[in-house]
Amino acid sequence: MRSVLQPHPPTGSHAGGRGIASAVPTERPEVPQAMAQSCHHCGDPCTSGGFELEGHSFCCLGCQTVFGLLQESGLSNFYTIANRPGTRVDAVAGPERWTYLNEPSVAAKLLDYSDDKIARVTFQAPAIHCVACVWLLENLFRLHPGIGRSRVNFARREVSITFTPQRAKLSEIADLLSRIGYEPSLTLAELDREAARPRSRLGLQIGVAGFAFGNIMLFSLPLYLGLDSATGPVFRSLFGWLSLALALPVVTFSASDYWRSACTSLRQRTLTLDVPIAAGLAALYAQSAWEILAGHGEGYLDSLAGLVFFLLCGRAFQRITHERLVFDRDYRGFFPLGVVRHTDSGEETVSISQLVVGNRLRVRHGELVPADARLLSGEGLIDYSFVTGESEPVSRQPGDHLYAGGRQVGGAVELETVKPVSQSYLTSLWNDEAFRKGRDDTFNTLTNHYSRRFTRLVLVVAVAAILGWSVVGNAARGLKAFASVLIVACPCALALAAPFTLGTAQRLLGRRGVCLRNGQVVESIAKVDAIALDKTGTLTAAHTTEIRFHGADLSLDELAAVAALCRQSAHPYSRRIAQLAPPIGSPSVAEFSETTGAGLSAMVGGRRVIVGSAAWLARNGIEVPPESPTMAAVLVAFDSMFRGAFALDNTLRPEVDRLLVQLGQRFELALISGDNERERSRFAGLFGENANLHFNLSPKDKLGFIRNLQARNRTVMMVGDGLNDAGALRQGDVGVAVVEGVGKFSPASDVILDSPMVSRLGDIIDFCRRATTIVRVSFGISAAYNAVGIGIAAAGILSPLICAILMPLSSATVILFAVGATTLAGRRLGLGSVSEPIEPSTQRNP
Amino acid sequence: MEVLVLLIAASLALAGGFLMVFFWATQNGQFDDTTTPAMRILTEDPPAPTIPASSLPQTPNNS
Repeated sequence: MRSVLQPHPPTGSHAGGRGIASAVPTERPEVPQAMAQSCHHCGDPCTSGGFELEGHSFCCLGCQTVFGLLQESGLSNFYTIANRPGTRVDAVAGPERWTYLNEPSVAAKLLDYSDDKIARVTFQAPAIHCVACVWLLENLFRLHPGIGRSRVNFARREVSITFTPQRAKLSEIADLLSRIGYEPSLTLAELDREAARPRSRLGLQIGVAGFAFGNIMLFSLPLYLGLDSATGPVFRSLFGWLSLALALPVVTFSASDYWRSACTSLRQRTLTLDVPIAAGLAALYAQSAWEILAGHGEGYLDSLAGLVFFLLCGRAFQRITHERLVFDRDYRGFFPLGVVRHTDSGEETVSISQLVVGNRLRVRHGELVPADARLLSGEGLIDYSFVTGESEPVSRQPGDHLYAGGRQVGGAVELETVKPVSQSYLTSLWNDEAFRKGRDDTFNTLTNHYSRRFTRLVLVVAVAAILGWSVVGNAARGLKAFASVLIVACPCALALAAPFTLGTAQRLLGRRGVCLRNGQVVESIAKVDAIALDKTGTLTAAHTTEIRFHGADLSLDELAAVAALCRQSAHPYSRRIAQLAPPIGSPSVAEFSETTGAGLSAMVGGRRVIVGSAAWLARNGIEVPPESPTMAAVLVAFDSMFRGAFALDNTLRPEVDRLLVQLGQRFELALISGDNERERSRFAGLFGENANLHFNLSPKDKLGFIRNLQARNRTVMMVGDGLNDAGALRQGDVGVAVVEGVGKFSPASDVILDSPMVSRLGDIIDFCRRATTIVRVSFGISAAYNAVGIGIAAAGILSPLICAILMPLSSATVILFAVGATTLAGRRLGLGSVSEPIEPSTQRNP
Repeated sequence: MEVLVLLIAASLALAGGFLMVFFWATQNGQFDDTTTPAMRILTEDPPAPTIPASSLPQTPNNS
């Protein structure tokens, strides 16, 4: 028997301690903040050591360089404005990765303005997070002679830079920004952005409505106060005419969006909320005009203008809130998918958000092409079924262009990215109809159902009110009631409750490494009552696994061959074995094939190497000696001769025991594993007496298992690593794919869970349950508001003006309640609050 | 009471003037960013740079 194998030193400089998986199982390398010194620049713990300058310590060379640079340029004030304000700088890629910005076609899209003397560019820099950032970026001119004025828009995380094109190239500016830690984010959408900013139009509409509202009020005041007799009938009609004139731009300009939207919805034969509002406005204006022209009244123009003013204010408020939330989602939405990137110093695993154009990547069997890329080496066999629905893989040769979203199904290939990663594109692939589960989202359906009936009901009540009051001889009051009912009714609170609550929940979870496909998943999670867990890579952590080889020692060449074969695969065991590669260079791999849940096979350096389970070797006609260890083992055969086996001793993730006890009390738990029964007794202890343990399951068996549970009316959550379990993940009512740095993109899953969060699974389910309760309560609030409001309005007690104030208030109440309560629930479960400082996604290591 | 006509004209002209100013300010981008100025005021300008910016590390293309 051979002694414990030592893996070779870690290759990636920023892979943290991940590569240093030693023979002694180690915990995930999280150094407590209090124990390690934190970096003077970014506040990260200084784990590597050795980076010191002027008595301060730094976590990496990048941070130290920025510090030195700022000191020299007289910008050391940066460190006094805020405490450790920097963002970690990974000084890996050189300035050449930005050169594509100098292409005239790209530059033209990017530049806001340019002539031969001066140009202006606006970059999105998601890393902007504090006052010191604003200060530093507005002092950019001290760092580069070609840069003039720079202005930060904090709310949009943007920096606008004016520069002299002769003295500074666009690529230099982008490079400078990324070197001081504010890497510009350039997505495809960014390059194709429109200049249109509809917000200012809404501002103008509010301005006009407010102007008219105030002045019409002024003219109405004498009438209110009964000063009519003093001013005489001349003024009375003058005021009327003036009011009518002032109200005209309100109706035509300020309220134009309501007319347009009402027309559109009528043309499409649907009823949206804007229809009753438009009807109310038309009724008010027509009645007022008639009264004034006929000379027997003053109309309701003050109400009308006020109404439009407050409606628009409510709309602006909603838009601002929405923009904030959307912004948060875009930039905090962290897609926990990692890729293996080549650098000068070796390979490192980084989050796809850190990829930039020109990076070289290694994409293994089953992994996703994260961005448009060129194939450098290897035989590409790309499955574009996520993109096109066509499942037949297409063959690609080196030099060919690969589109983002394809999945490599052959051996490992090397790529060079030619376009930036668009996380939103990947998210949209994930949300593709093809991967949607055929279940209806209750809240969604409920909301749609309500909105449709709601408008109709409101119109009926309004007409009933006007008719009712006319019958009893009070037509004026009827008209008031008619308008009031139309205005006060607000299904938007109904419509907003679910998206805001679920969206907030999704965002809170996203920031903790729990990425949901969409808000509706929260609802599905809340309904779960049975959980099926995979073992390897889910409950156990592969990268800390202790590994031994049983059999005659492998020669260095043989070990290199096995490691080279395993490098092609992303299975946790393969990745563990690939770490053993001796530093003698990797032999070439040809004819690679991987059978999910079984093993690998390829020609490596002229020899047929087969690695996998005993059944896999047997299927390949290899005689496996019965006395070979039947433990969690990966068997190895060279040229059809059994050679030995790697024994992998799984270590449980931290706190998994506590998790299983916690879940076991409330859910029907099951372990479904493809491994053999060696560890049955160990897991029987963890799962308790009535443990539901199943071993030796094929991917198909797992799927069948889930189906059986569902047949017993269970709502099943399947937790797996997304590799062997794709079918089961898809069959489960909620599929949770656990990823560890490198994840295969598994569109069948609903949740991508960063591995440290596995132990928090119980809390996550609790949180989702609370979120759905909050939605129900919000529905209740909104329904109560509408019932009371419409009732009073139909009685003709409320004036349309008060209704116009009440309506946006009700929406605001519901939104504030939904977001506030969800945040509170999240904080109680330790999932953090929205108001915490933003962690830029570039800072997060997978 | 006839002075009212004058006053009304004056008040409308004044209010209209404000409306014009508001239009101008909006088009001019005065309301585009309402967050950053509040942060900007907290920081001071640094003393004039002691060393010219050309001492940037690792900038091959910086003259």
